[in-house]
Amino acid sequence: MSVANQSVQPHEHTRPEEAILEAKHVRKLFPLRQARLFGPARAVHAVEDTSLALYPGHATALVGESGSGKTTVARLLARMYDLTSGTLYFRGNPVDLKSGTSLRAYRRHVQLVFQDPFSSLNPVHTVRYHLSRPLRVHGHAHTQVEETEQALALLRKVSLSPAEQFIEKFPHQLSGGQRQRVAIARALAAQPEVLLADEPVSMLDVSIRLDVLNLLLRLKEEEDLAILFITHDIASARYFAEDTLVMYAGQMVEGGPSDAVIQQPKHPYTQLLISAAPDPDRVTADGKSLTELPARGEIPSLITPPNGCRFHPRCPFVMPICSERFPKRTELGGGHWTNCFLYGDGDTNTEQKPVRSLTKSSSGLL
Amino acid sequence: MAIAVEKETLLDVRNLSVDYTAANGTVHAATNVSFTLKRGEILGLAGESGSGKSTLAYAVSRLLRPPAKIVGGEVIYYPRSRAAADAVHITEASSHLQHGKRPTDDLGETEPVDVLALTPTQLRAFRWSELSIVFQSAMNALNPVMNVGKQIMDVLKVHRPLMGPTSRKQRALELLKLVGIAPDRLNSYPHELSGGMRQRAVIAIALALSPEIIIMDEPTTALDVVVQREILTEIMRLREQLSFSVIFITHDLSLLLELADKIAIMYAGKLVETASRRDLYSHPRHPYSYGLLKSFPTINGPRRIMTGIPGSPPDLRNVPTGCAFHPRCPLAFDACRSIVPALQSSTSESPLQLVACHLYHRELSPEGPPSASDFAQKYQTLRTEREKAE
Repeated sequence: MSVANQSVQPHEHTRPEEAILEAKHVRKLFPLRQARLFGPARAVHAVEDTSLALYPGHATALVGESGSGKTTVARLLARMYDLTSGTLYFRGNPVDLKSGTSLRAYRRHVQLVFQDPFSSLNPVHTVRYHLSRPLRVHGHAHTQVEETEQALALLRKVSLSPAEQFIEKFPHQLSGGQRQRVAIARALAAQPEVLLADEPVSMLDVSIRLDVLNLLLRLKEEEDLAILFITHDIASARYFAEDTLVMYAGQMVEGGPSDAVIQQPKHPYTQLLISAAPDPDRVTADGKSLTELPARGEIPSLITPPNGCRFHPRCPFVMPICSERFPKRTELGGGHWTNCFLYGDGDTNTEQKPVRSLTKSSSGLL
Repeated sequence: MAIAVEKETLLDVRNLSVDYTAANGTVHAATNVSFTLKRGEILGLAGESGSGKSTLAYAVSRLLRPPAKIVGGEVIYYPRSRAAADAVHITEASSHLQHGKRPTDDLGETEPVDVLALTPTQLRAFRWSELSIVFQSAMNALNPVMNVGKQIMDVLKVHRPLMGPTSRKQRALELLKLVGIAPDRLNSYPHELSGGMRQRAVIAIALALSPEIIIMDEPTTALDVVVQREILTEIMRLREQLSFSVIFITHDLSLLLELADKIAIMYAGKLVETASRRDLYSHPRHPYSYGLLKSFPTINGPRRIMTGIPGSPPDLRNVPTGCAFHPRCPLAFDACRSIVPALQSSTSESPLQLVACHLYHRELSPEGPPSASDFAQKYQTLRTEREKAE
């Protein structure tokens, strides 16, 4: 069988009914030191009114430029930061973490994989240490024998073989791809239901990237993991995730099934992102390369963000209303939605809800 | 290859080899690398990290320091003839660009120059006026305690001692405008500029003396996709306008397919394939090039499980015998393990597409060159085998 004919539809399978982790109207401000005594209090408006839901065995990609708040969302979900407002629901129950014990219990279910495997592993400890700590802390292993056994099993799970050799190695003896595998194994040691992967492959070499992505895809199936996949590479979002959310300057601007979002982008920002992504097919089609972008500029300061839709200063289709208020979510059908006045102002549904519950309600409407 | 030097050849690199001497063995970072760069051409150099791309670029610009050592080969630079240079000056309307142009005498008229044999004085004249570099991280390339204008004017001060302060400032303003930075940013410090602006400033400095060749070492890797696209468009526009040549180093092959005229693929310190971007995209010849091309997901087309290239690049202290790629190659056969393949014309259909692979050698591989479906099939088999092993 040749590869060319073997297409897979990981996105076809039915969506699970119940979200495992859900964020509703989450907002995060980072307070700044006041410029002047008695002056106005200032803050970085990192994430504004964001709602999303993660489902078991289902990957959701979060794309956007740096500074758009992707990482902040992941860290909020991992409860590395406190929410300014909004609520997290785990298995339908609100997450209320006051004590260290409840936080630890929460972390047993929700684990984070960081971008840079070169700095997320401790250089003075072996792989064994990195894996046995979470095993001990979360109470999965009680004796040394159990620890070693489970650590070896984890290494095999992330395809680091021979596991007996890798367990004694230090991070500097591993390549970037191998380190990221160890970081993934460490996250799996807690036996989580949710994996938050913050740009897990952007520091890796091109040829290694697919290996790690395919590993995550396999784990998603095998462990029935809910994965939040944060990336700036829109092509790998399409490859990896069933759903894609697009974020700009702390606001969610578009979301839905990956193919719909990426092949029929509606929000001008999504269109900009896609036209900027390298695409060899485009060149060979017309022989001319590098088309001009529809918009210019960079992400605005989030200390004094633009009013209304934060994309309006860069938007080629800007209207007066765009600077007045942020548009409500408009349903485009098939679970695809956007927050943009070009497509209406939330006519079909006035209340902002997480992606998936909207999907259901809209299919009910249709 | 590259024996017959054509008229418009600008840089001819022949059998260049670079070693790093280390206590635990010599690292052969580049081995017998040969390529030519034509006037106004963008040559893309792609490969994984550690494949020797940057080493090669630094060797060409003589920026390598011990323990790196150029152990063989030559780098021949063909300066533009005086008449041709003048002609360009007339077409360039701006008088300041002429100001910036180096008087060609320093390097001895228009004779070809062996860059590796230049004396320190000649090298000073050669660098920046003829060849300049844009480094990967603009954040580190710019001096944080000096404003951008001063950093541009510094170059002019050192390399153009005859230029007065007023014309220096004028040239600096002109350069900023050229790369799309507002002239009032002249007195800004690097930390006051965004990542994209900093990269533009570094490009402005590289352009200060209107060089013939600019080496760009991963100039957009640290940038966002949108900013990256803006910088690339800028580079293309400037090249049209100023007709310099670019050696563009990156690990992102998908970028080169849009940008470069010619692409050279490096693996373990050797060139394994050189081809025009069209040839490479439509029919990669080397199994490694094929694997690289299939390593990045695309926006369009059907989604399918992609394979990538199994394994990891070799340790350069201990490169596999024969073809360095053979342990990872799905099509390797006996000859690959013992005989080092030479870079040669692949097939009669695309004589300019050079490949270092025995599959295209008539005596070693009697079945003839592999087709794209052979590649796909073999990579697929390799992947299934690997999965079984796991």
